Amino acid sequence: MKREELVHNLKVAYARLWVRLKGGYREPEWLVAELVIPVITLSAYVFLYKMVNAPPEYAGFVIIGGTMMAFWANVLWGMSAQFYWEKEVGNLEVYLVAPISRMAILLGMAIGGFVNTVLRAVAIFIAGILIFQVPIAIYEPLTALLIFFLTIGALYALGMMFASLFMLYGREAWHTASLLQEPIQFLSGTYFPTTSQVVPYMVQLLSSLIPLTFGLDGIRKVAILGQGISDVWLNIIALVVFIVVLLPLARLALNFMENLGKKEGRLTLRWQ
Amino acid sequence: MRFLVSARGLMPHAVETQNVVRVFKGNHKPVKALDKVSITIEEGEIFGLLGPNGAGKTTLIKILTTLLLPTSGEAYVGGFNVAKEAHKVRQVISLVSGGETPGYGILSANENLWFFSQLYGLPSSTAKAEIKRLMADLEFDEYAKTRMSKLSTGYKQRLNLARGLLNNPTILFLDEPTLGLDVLTSKNMRSYIVDWAKREKKGTVLLTTHYMAEADEMCDRVAIIDRGRILACDSPLRLKQNLKENVIIKAEVSSVQADFSFVEGMKGVIGYSQTRSIQTDTTSFKVMVTEERIFSNIMSKLEEQNVKILSVNKAEPTLEDVYISLVGRGFEQEEGAAHET
Ligand SMILES: Nc1ncnc2c1ncn2[C@@H]1O[C@H](COP(=O)(O)OP(=O)(O)OP(=O)(O)O)[C@@H](O)[C@H]1O
Ligand SMILES: [Mg+2]
Repeated sequence: MKREELVHNLKVAYARLWVRLKGGYREPEWLVAELVIPVITLSAYVFLYKMVNAPPEYAGFVIIGGTMMAFWANVLWGMSAQFYWEKEVGNLEVYLVAPISRMAILLGMAIGGFVNTVLRAVAIFIAGILIFQVPIAIYEPLTALLIFFLTIGALYALGMMFASLFMLYGREAWHTASLLQEPIQFLSGTYFPTTSQVVPYMVQLLSSLIPLTFGLDGIRKVAILGQGISDVWLNIIALVVFIVVLLPLARLALNFMENLGKKEGRLTLRWQ
Repeated sequence: MRFLVSARGLMPHAVETQNVVRVFKGNHKPVKALDKVSITIEEGEIFGLLGPNGAGKTTLIKILTTLLLPTSGEAYVGGFNVAKEAHKVRQVISLVSGGETPGYGILSANENLWFFSQLYGLPSSTAKAEIKRLMADLEFDEYAKTRMSKLSTGYKQRLNLARGLLNNPTILFLDEPTLGLDVLTSKNMRSYIVDWAKREKKGTVLLTTHYMAEADEMCDRVAIIDRGRILACDSPLRLKQNLKENVIIKAEVSSVQADFSFVEGMKGVIGYSQTRSIQTDTTSFKVMVTEERIFSNIMSKLEEQNVKILSVNKAEPTLEDVYISLVGRGFEQEEGAAHET
């Protein structure tokens, strides 16, 4: 890509991000639903753990899980199912006719979605800590931040790939997104760690295909268990691999699906 | 790149298609939406594709705007191959699909336009000035700060057109630009588009429509398309003049049940159309015949059927008559037929 083209596409990404922020900020009623409901779900698990006398860290695990789940929900609804909606209203057609990289649109959507979600996630996190008196033990803040951002990078890269794969589909994209929410919540270990010994090997293997698992495990280690970089280097490598593999894959999927759509006439819905 | 050798030197055609065919996988059997379409449009022309529902208009527009690949044949826009040089094509075109309103409902008209301007890399200050000018020109500046979701259809459509003009395209594609708009808004929109093309000097417009008057009023040249084929292509005036030796008669008769299909295949009948009006319980009927005397035969047949004739007039040819002369029927029946597919 030439320099000018790169600058142009970065501007496109920025503009798409800007739309997200403007939109997110304008409908604050969403915030209530997305804050209150997760905190209620979290409390159910926290109380459960307290009842069965689970180790106190478990409450912390749940809080971290709930916080990260906000991002996962955003990846599913704000990324994966997004092109379906954009197609419905005619925006996809406008994007495809414009001389831009489609990745720029996805990038803008991802960053915008992330920024919007940060607010929610932080609120869930703080509420969780305050309400349930969860002990936080961060000795290496930089490692914690690194793991957090790598997890986010991997999650949104996955979202970009899903968005591309679902570009040609209608309602199915929507259903797939809802289908993915629950099992992933379970597999990645939102409410209890799937990486612990008690979980069957097959479940562990399956869950390791999801970047969220490595992220959650890593963040828990550095934020709750007070561990450091020497304990989470495997998580870091795994997350980097996810990003390095998923981003080009998303781009490939995007090109492939666009071409398929152009061949089969499925990029826009207008004729129906 | 393909060129036209002209007095001005080597000039690419604004649009050129050669034997473009597009086949879709249908539910039962393949649908041939375009059948060997070859047209050329020169710079600065306003070119209309006129045809009934399902004729293939949108399909051709999608191919030319790089949203769809032709099954076979070649197409060039601004001299670039739409299949192989899509990115270059995209830099010089824009597409406005009537009846669709891209944008984000939660953003204002202004903000939406700013967003779209960024897809074309307009510097923000230029973009803002352009947006202001376009909004004033299209007379919706008072809604600049209104959320798109709160705009009426007509204003959404203006916003859509403004978006299409924002990147200053050399070739503007309009798919049914006045679909669903009231008479006055449609009229304003048409004259604005015509003015735009004139002002831009080399601004080329390809528009599709199934409104006869729209094609007649706006277009330098019109291609009549039916079932994927271009049946005629010329200026509206010449298309109509070709019909001069025929006689066109319009009749208004009582009862919506009157059926004129008996004229099909009658000697001397070139074609006909009928429109039923349930409210007034009448049918208007238009027939094109080679000689006036043939119409008397039709009249007597009608009397046999006990149909009451309310009025009879000779009519000047319109583009609809051009279509009737080519296909043998008017648009209305075609619309019914298209729904079955
Ligand atoms: N993506 C598609 N998949 C399958 N069939 C299609 C597709 N797009 C168009 N068709 C079919 O191709 C034919 C031409 O459709 P097209 O939309 O080009 O017509 P049109 O002239 O634009 O009609 P209208 O006035 O209704 O917009 C129709 O029979 C239509 O059903
Ligand atoms: Mg159409």
